[in-house]
Amino acid sequence: MASVEIRDVRKAYGSQQVIHGVSIDIQDGEFVILVGPSGCGKSTLLRMVAGLENITGGEIRIGPRVVNNVAPKERDIAMVFQNYALYPHMTVADNMAFSLMLKKAPKAEIAEKVNRAAEILGLTPLLDRYPRQLSGGQRQRVAMGRAIVRDPQVFLFDEPLSNLDAKLRVSMRGEIKALHQRLKTTTVYVTHDQIEAMTMADKIVVMHDGIVEQMGAPLDLYDRPVNLFVAGFIGSPAMNVLEGTIDSSGFRVGNMVLPVQSAPAASVGRPAYYGIRPEHFQLRADGMPVEVIVVEPTGSETQVVARAGHEEIICVFRERISARPGETILVAPDPALVHLFDRDSGRRIN
Amino acid sequence: MADAAVQDRILLPSEPKASLLKSRGMVGFLFMLPALAFLLIFLTYPLGLGVWLGFTDTRIGRDGIWIGLENYQLLWEDSLFWLSVFNTLLYTITASILKFALGLWLALILNEHLPFKSFFRAVLLLPWVVPTVLSAIAFWWIYDSQFSVISWGLIELGIIDTPINFLGDMENARASVIAANVWRGIPFVAITLLAGLQTISPSLHEAATLDGATGWQRFRHITLPMLSPLIAVVMTFSVLFTFTDFQLIYVLTRGGPLNATHLMATLSFQRAIPGGQLGEGAAIAVAMIPFLLAAILFSYFGLQRRKWQQGGAD
Ligand SMILES: Nc1ncnc2c1ncn2[C@@H]1O[C@H](COP(=O)(O)OP(=O)(O)O)[C@@H](O)[C@H]1O
Ligand SMILES: [Mg+2]
Repeated sequence: MASVEIRDVRKAYGSQQVIHGVSIDIQDGEFVILVGPSGCGKSTLLRMVAGLENITGGEIRIGPRVVNNVAPKERDIAMVFQNYALYPHMTVADNMAFSLMLKKAPKAEIAEKVNRAAEILGLTPLLDRYPRQLSGGQRQRVAMGRAIVRDPQVFLFDEPLSNLDAKLRVSMRGEIKALHQRLKTTTVYVTHDQIEAMTMADKIVVMHDGIVEQMGAPLDLYDRPVNLFVAGFIGSPAMNVLEGTIDSSGFRVGNMVLPVQSAPAASVGRPAYYGIRPEHFQLRADGMPVEVIVVEPTGSETQVVARAGHEEIICVFRERISARPGETILVAPDPALVHLFDRDSGRRIN
Repeated sequence: MADAAVQDRILLPSEPKASLLKSRGMVGFLFMLPALAFLLIFLTYPLGLGVWLGFTDTRIGRDGIWIGLENYQLLWEDSLFWLSVFNTLLYTITASILKFALGLWLALILNEHLPFKSFFRAVLLLPWVVPTVLSAIAFWWIYDSQFSVISWGLIELGIIDTPINFLGDMENARASVIAANVWRGIPFVAITLLAGLQTISPSLHEAATLDGATGWQRFRHITLPMLSPLIAVVMTFSVLFTFTDFQLIYVLTRGGPLNATHLMATLSFQRAIPGGQLGEGAAIAVAMIPFLLAAILFSYFGLQRRKWQQGGAD
């Protein structure tokens, strides 16, 4: 196991720069997730760690060693690809044994390691099958098995769950996390799905257009997004964002005034964004009136799309609501949980 | 299984469905008729006629009579026939091995990131596009005993003193026609294998690289096994084309010198048309069939073994 240090790394394809100086510290044994919209450079960064792409600038260390010019196979990492990249002409057992066979490990050792990985992943009855004869979830597990038998310093995952159906994705999420808790191998995991990131990561790195927007523990990102992009990206349904100005009594949007607990004095009178998560509204008699557009009960909670002034907002309540579309309900944002962002820079100001 | 049984029970008693199925089969048969007629007229009839002629003593301009296996008995004792069998096998095996090796090598090169890649790919197809007779005539000049450009070049370079007798010497002639056939056959092998190479997902190579494979190991453990089904098909076709080759030999050497390049196809033609012995010529052609069937069966069983290609449960 090893730490991974990414220091001011850049990547350009020809004249087009796609990674603009990214620095990330990954502790030994940590589970770090790179998350961001499609095309933001997550895979490129991961592939640079793996050694499948050249590093245009900056430095990557695995353990104490700078690996910029180290061949992929010398880096002692294992990668799970989005399409699994299983060798179609080899059985499950041979797929997992391939790296050990190349290393000319003794047959008994290979068999033992493969059997142990198969046991961990529940693949024992499938060892003689070919990849074509497996379901998506089983292939996913074989891909992980191939990584496990190597016992590498670092696991890299590139969107490993995005080819699975929703239900399987949830259960594989749990399995990968359990596997990490068992093996404690440093893991870098790429996904565009913020729920995956929130549920699995020790640390999340939010990327956007080739830069890191914010890095931190999942709940820190949820509670204190540093800018509008992270605020909108983390959390589902997404945070409500309203444009207006901060004044002494609160936050003014059109002729509505929304409560704010603590706005810095310097920002009064400035144009800004008001962010409030759907789950941070309460039904209160002294709330503001909003017109219900859609009510979506999920059983455990109720999601309401409503119109406040000219803006549309989404609220989520733990309680059940009997309101119908067109009716008016009174809702109040929790002032302690309001996020304020500067309009020009998008940075957090409270 | 259970589902099917249930369906059977539901479907069987319903009369209209059964008659519909019957008429469906009829319609299907009608649709197949044109293809069937086509096959009968253009494939089965000439083949059947050839086989029948082989059992007669037909000559040009004179109907023959059934003579049983006499033609084959004659061939069995005919040393020229056996020489042509040897020549054909030598020609086919050598040329196919060379075409495979060079074609695969070219395909691997063209699959890399290479400047002017599409230009090279287009150039590669040229030998295949030029009509055989034209390229054969070009080779005829290249191999000319006086004016050969190869001899000229080597003499200019001071490597040899006298022109090479390409088509006049037995060994040289064999090598020359094989070289010409290889030149002509490489594009088919190379382009087809290139197409096969491009279906191999790059992530397989990346996975193997991370698993610690060197370039040679990736070729040996990924590229070659994944390409092998296609190789079987391509090489079967290549062997069939080479085994039945006629035009190239006929233009370059007509089977000479001293019958060193007579193939079964050219010998068959020579006996049947210029020689007038249609029956004997047909018998030689029919004698090629077992070899061709063997080649096809070989690749058929070679193809069947690859279990990993078949999807689904066991
Ligand atoms: N081989 C390449 N050549 C040029 N541009 C590329 C190449 N690979 C990726 N890119 C560009 O780099 C950016 C980041 O790609 P990628 O890392 O795959 O994004 P992500 O994995 O976050 O969806 C994209 O804009 C993509 O178009
Ligand atoms: Mg990607």
